[in-house]
Amino acid sequence: MNRYQLRKAVSRGLLLVFSIIIGAFFALPLLWLLTAPFSTQANLSVTIPEQFSLANFKTVFNNRFAIRALAVNNMIIGGGVMILVASIATLASYGLSRTRVPGRNVLVYVLILFSSVVSGTAAMVPLFLLIFNLGLIDTYLGVILVITGGLLPSAIFIMRDFVDSIPRSYEEAALVAGASSFRMFRDVAFPLVRPGVMVVAIWAFVNAWGAFLIPSVLLRSPEHMPASIAFYSFYTEAGTPNITLLSAYAFLYTIPVLLLYLIVNWRFGFRFFGGIKS
Amino acid sequence: MERRAIFSAKVGLLFLLPALIFVAVFLLYPFVRVFVLSFTNQTLLGATAPNPDWVGLDNYKRLFDLDRWMRRGEFGSALMITARFVAGSALIGQVGLGLLIAWAFYRKKGFLREAVYTLVILAWIIPETVVAFTWVAYLDWEFGTLNTILDAVGLGRPDWLFDYPLESIILFNSWRGAAFSMLLFSSALETIPPSYIETAEVAGANAWQKFRDIFFPLLRGHILTDLILITLWTFNVFTPYLLTGGGPTRRTELVSIYTYRTAFQGTHEFGKGGAIAVVMMLINFALAIIYLLMIRRRRVEA
Amino acid sequence: MSQITFDHVVKRFGSVVAVNDVSLTIGEGEFVALLGPSGCGKTTTLRLIAGLEIADSGRITIGGRDVTYLPPAARDVAMVFQDYALYPHMTILENIGYPLKVRGVNKRERAQRVTEVARELQIADLLERRPSQLSGGQQQRASVARAVVHQAVAFLFDEPLSNLDAQLRLEARAFLKHLQNELGATSVYVTHDQAEAMALADRIVVMRLGKIMQIGAPLDVYRNPANTFVASFIGSPPMNLLGGKALVNQGQFVAEDGETVIDVRRVYERLSRPPQENESITLGIRPEHITIHTEPHPFAIPGQLYVVQPMGGETLVNVRVGPKLLTVRLFQDEPPSLPDRVWLEPALEWSFVYGADGNRLQ
Repeated sequence: MNRYQLRKAVSRGLLLVFSIIIGAFFALPLLWLLTAPFSTQANLSVTIPEQFSLANFKTVFNNRFAIRALAVNNMIIGGGVMILVASIATLASYGLSRTRVPGRNVLVYVLILFSSVVSGTAAMVPLFLLIFNLGLIDTYLGVILVITGGLLPSAIFIMRDFVDSIPRSYEEAALVAGASSFRMFRDVAFPLVRPGVMVVAIWAFVNAWGAFLIPSVLLRSPEHMPASIAFYSFYTEAGTPNITLLSAYAFLYTIPVLLLYLIVNWRFGFRFFGGIKS
Repeated sequence: MERRAIFSAKVGLLFLLPALIFVAVFLLYPFVRVFVLSFTNQTLLGATAPNPDWVGLDNYKRLFDLDRWMRRGEFGSALMITARFVAGSALIGQVGLGLLIAWAFYRKKGFLREAVYTLVILAWIIPETVVAFTWVAYLDWEFGTLNTILDAVGLGRPDWLFDYPLESIILFNSWRGAAFSMLLFSSALETIPPSYIETAEVAGANAWQKFRDIFFPLLRGHILTDLILITLWTFNVFTPYLLTGGGPTRRTELVSIYTYRTAFQGTHEFGKGGAIAVVMMLINFALAIIYLLMIRRRRVEA
Repeated sequence: MSQITFDHVVKRFGSVVAVNDVSLTIGEGEFVALLGPSGCGKTTTLRLIAGLEIADSGRITIGGRDVTYLPPAARDVAMVFQDYALYPHMTILENIGYPLKVRGVNKRERAQRVTEVARELQIADLLERRPSQLSGGQQQRASVARAVVHQAVAFLFDEPLSNLDAQLRLEARAFLKHLQNELGATSVYVTHDQAEAMALADRIVVMRLGKIMQIGAPLDVYRNPANTFVASFIGSPPMNLLGGKALVNQGQFVAEDGETVIDVRRVYERLSRPPQENESITLGIRPEHITIHTEPHPFAIPGQLYVVQPMGGETLVNVRVGPKLLTVRLFQDEPPSLPDRVWLEPALEWSFVYGADGNRLQ
């Protein structure tokens, strides 16, 4: 073995060690999620269940409230946010890209500026009052609107670079051929930007799916609560978690996001943060 | 670059209208309203709910009451805790970790890269309620995986959430947020044309010279961008609440958690919460301005 | 300046063999062009010399030294890339001086040597600028300056002119050739443009799918293409190639359409090893070696006039013969008036016969 092959083997070995360390760092906390749901004796440790069982899931499925939270409320909120964010951001970034709107660059940066400033708990205080005054407390709409508002600037930022990179020749050809602006958008432009729209839609959905703060502040009645809050219903009155059921519920709550990631990664390879670099 | 317009400005504005409405309602309005709010004693319940009084700078005085403010559970304490949290999690944890991983896998493909990237990203996208609980389990003194390992190598069993709560949430948040930096640096590294690196190699540069003369200058802007964005995000993050609830005894009460407790628990003091929100927004604003200035400068240079 | 040798070098990428048992020698001070279509292995060969790729098997030497497994820094070669690779965060002066900087040459001496070279390449007044402020041609020269300053034992060029527009490309080409003459630098030059290779190289290496198809001086390769690939790749307009079967006993050639029959007895007679009876062969003749007759002529092939293209300095005439469209090159600017039926007489000494495997029958 000559020096080159030796060097190559050593660097491969180092990378492997590095990967194992980093991989372990990121994987270890999640292991519990793979073992606890399937054991009726589950506790906070990671132990392979003596008897692989789906009993926890059965019990969880019988909890109408929790399942409703997951299957219905999360879907409504997630779906609502996804549709709103995707459509508004696409329209906005398309308009920004294809028109000589004065100060369009400044506009996007100001948007990002504001969304970074008015974020998190700080924003919740005035937003709560706003939703309260609109009579939208404890409604899906209130939650959807607020989450959408928070996500929009970033969504526009992501889409803008994407739309800019699509050549206009197709759209111009359609206009020359006689299509009206909206016809052209529907038939030509939209199909072209569809991959970007899908990425933004999924990103918005995942964000809304996991949201805790906004729903917890804006919702009151249990029928409207999403899974992130229903999660805590698996604690007893005394404040101790019912681990077997909690773990199964957490597992169910996580699966859709996991699947979405795998699908997106398989088809797009997680490229959407290319926009950030500029 | 000359941008040819496809639509008239009027149609363009039509496309922009829904977004502008949202932004006006959910960004501009709160931004303005919160200032007004901070000068009142508005609460959610009680007499001051329908009829808040104007109290001037009272709320601010209470926040910055120099006699008391550094005590646990007060604003000054929250600021200090948040500062340490941001320093540890954002600067060292997320940016450092993200850069390290992106660098390690630069121009490498294959299973290792895919596996590591997937794990890092999963930590980021799994719902916050779930990851918070898995970390509660992970850090559990008696049953948690971390202590099982530490004990096996003879390092004992610390009670993380009780004795080292700030360290715990720093670790947690670094774990949670590294993905963003990793993706950003990974993307930035990919924009460097391979010929740049190869030219340096052929010219005779060793690994250190390559880093000093080529990688670092080209990445400097991205590193700064990432630092600011992560700092902003970490400053506002609320998820650690789900891990420690701000405790024990308010030892991990970040400003975001302090705000939550003030405005949405207890006496629901919106006026005071508004004042905190104003201060937070001002800090955010300062950070965001720095970010924008840096972007503008890089655009000019390029 | 040094000699470069390749000894049965193989390089694979996964299941693709990019360089397939390549052996060649590049002499000191020689300018060699690696020519071929994309995917032929020319760039990989260049990168193997540079050390940016490491061979899977075989030996590579530079100046007698075995460099097969050495990293680029240890090989002391200079390389000019297609995109010039000028660092945007450095001035032109710093860019050109970079090879010296990594070798620890002090700042004053660096500036001196860079200025010298920049003056030769006529970019001395641009040294304080950034790459984005230079035109394409100037960037290209700055990239070359960096290679010159390096004082390496060999220069490697990876399609350095491809990013320039046509006019600039011709100017830069002349400039490069002149520079190489002055410096006497061992140069390896990758290109897909056969005219470029012809104009610049002392020898051309024609490659295809990882193998060398022919090595020779430009005129050699042009006049004696060893196989149909080289014959069709070198020369513009390309050589006329007509495929069909050899009817040796009758001294004839039947084209692919089964109908067109050509009397090629005297061509077969010149071959020391004529084709087998009924072998699939290809006839080749360059456009400039055909004489057009307006009446039947001995040894002339009948054909149908297709189109006449006046090119300014010359005229191209396309004639349909059987299934193929042949091109004839006339060195006159006045297009001839030709009837519908013409007879094409190929010059005997320039008529080539290629066997079933594509190689030339002598």
